[in-house]
Amino acid sequence: MSKIKMKLKGIEQLKEGYLNQQEVELNNEKLNLSQLNFDNPISGTLYGTVLNYQGEYEALESEMNEDPYKAPPQAPILYIKPINTFSSQDMPVPLPSGEKEVQIGAALGVVIGKTAKQVKEDEVFDYIEGYTIVNDVSLPYNSVYRPPIKQKARDGFCPIGPWIVNQNDVYDPHHLDIKVFINGVVRQENNTKNLIRRIPQLVKDVTDFMTLYEGDVLLVGVPENQPLAQKGDRISIEIEQIGQLNNYIVDEEDFYVSEVK
Amino acid sequence: MKQGRVVYEAAIHDVTEVNGKVQLQDGRLLDEHEVEWLPPIEPKTVFTLGLNYADHAKELSFTSPLPEPLVFFKGKNTIIGHRGTTVRPHDVEFMHYECELAVVIGKSAKSVKKEDALEYVRGYTIANDYAIRDYLENYFRPNLRVKNRDDCTPVGPWLVDAEDVEDPMNLTLRTYINGEITQEGSTGDMILGVAELIEYLSGFMTLNPGDMILTGTPKGSVDTKVGDEVITEIKGIGSLHNTIVGE
Repeated sequence: MSKIKMKLKGIEQLKEGYLNQQEVELNNEKLNLSQLNFDNPISGTLYGTVLNYQGEYEALESEMNEDPYKAPPQAPILYIKPINTFSSQDMPVPLPSGEKEVQIGAALGVVIGKTAKQVKEDEVFDYIEGYTIVNDVSLPYNSVYRPPIKQKARDGFCPIGPWIVNQNDVYDPHHLDIKVFINGVVRQENNTKNLIRRIPQLVKDVTDFMTLYEGDVLLVGVPENQPLAQKGDRISIEIEQIGQLNNYIVDEEDFYVSEVK
Repeated sequence: MKQGRVVYEAAIHDVTEVNGKVQLQDGRLLDEHEVEWLPPIEPKTVFTLGLNYADHAKELSFTSPLPEPLVFFKGKNTIIGHRGTTVRPHDVEFMHYECELAVVIGKSAKSVKKEDALEYVRGYTIANDYAIRDYLENYFRPNLRVKNRDDCTPVGPWLVDAEDVEDPMNLTLRTYINGEITQEGSTGDMILGVAELIEYLSGFMTLNPGDMILTGTPKGSVDTKVGDEVITEIKGIGSLHNTIVGE
């Protein structure tokens, strides 16, 4: 059983409850997951990290001393997903017109619990509320030289959730299986043991120059070989001990119509 | 109208400018030194343009035009108000200001044509988008360690209503260090102007009320030292003061 925080659709404040496989205990009542509509549980800024999985780093390593990179990276390589991208469990993800596929970005999200500035490595876990799942959807891009805003910052390109699992109920965040299913078939498998900067070092290096606030989320990275998804595909990201984040791909026009509905 | 947000007597006030004074909602008039300045809005998404003035791009040895506009985002940690302080780390060689026209969005904008784009602007303010070039790396450049540091983006003092700015594409920008002019340019030299930027960004994402677009800086970025008073100024918009401090 894990302690979770969730945002239910139509209710402003976060609810606390307990997750036990397919059941959530909420206000002393046991509810099946299918009875609940989960909204995005995140209130702050969402920062992503790239090149933090060994396989992803190694794939680029031979180019790192050449143009345009010229040298291997020193600091964590970060980006921001703006709020227009935020979405939640069971929501559609738009496939922009003229595009065939979107890239699925399966990420463990570290949810910050209190203001974190210049945090020491051995105190990092004091600043963490828990973990969630983030699908950092993107149009495919092949260079990390410039921030790929047009690829990553589109409306609905960042499903988050379904909930936040309290960090005390995650046995070891550096040993979690991550799987991406498309239409029920496993298309990507990795594990957070393959992170280059583990969570303490990542949070230390980031808060060295920028403050993270309660409710902000820092993605630890997206593993290599990101699967591509097409219109009509059902996407499911499963992270061990956290849960399963489910979404599906629709045409952009249908996405905006569904928002109005 | 010029609107601002200040702290006065331990409360946050929405204020307006009257004859160079700060007016509280109850009519009291204060000198600008009597209040603590907050950014004039609390922006949601902050967009920043890099290399959006041809002369500045040349100054940084970029000779050919970019294949796509260079856009990046900022978090709320970096935004501070008028008369604030910004830290210069002790071990850096080159920390420069960037005087920029900041556009505040007034209503939800998606797939807006440039002909209609200025209708979506609520107003304008000034941003000083400091950069520490020592930390520049060629990964998602300009990387957040250069551009999203705590307190490195002063904004303000006033948000000036769009209707009071006759032509946002013909404004003189100037920066002074300790009273000496070090940067001068015109918003007319932007590669993508305000309307084109709104068309470009809203072409692939929704802009929301309160979003802010920092439109880039002209040439003339020079190093700043601890103790320097840096004033970034845009004609008709105001004058934004900041002081560089040590760690």
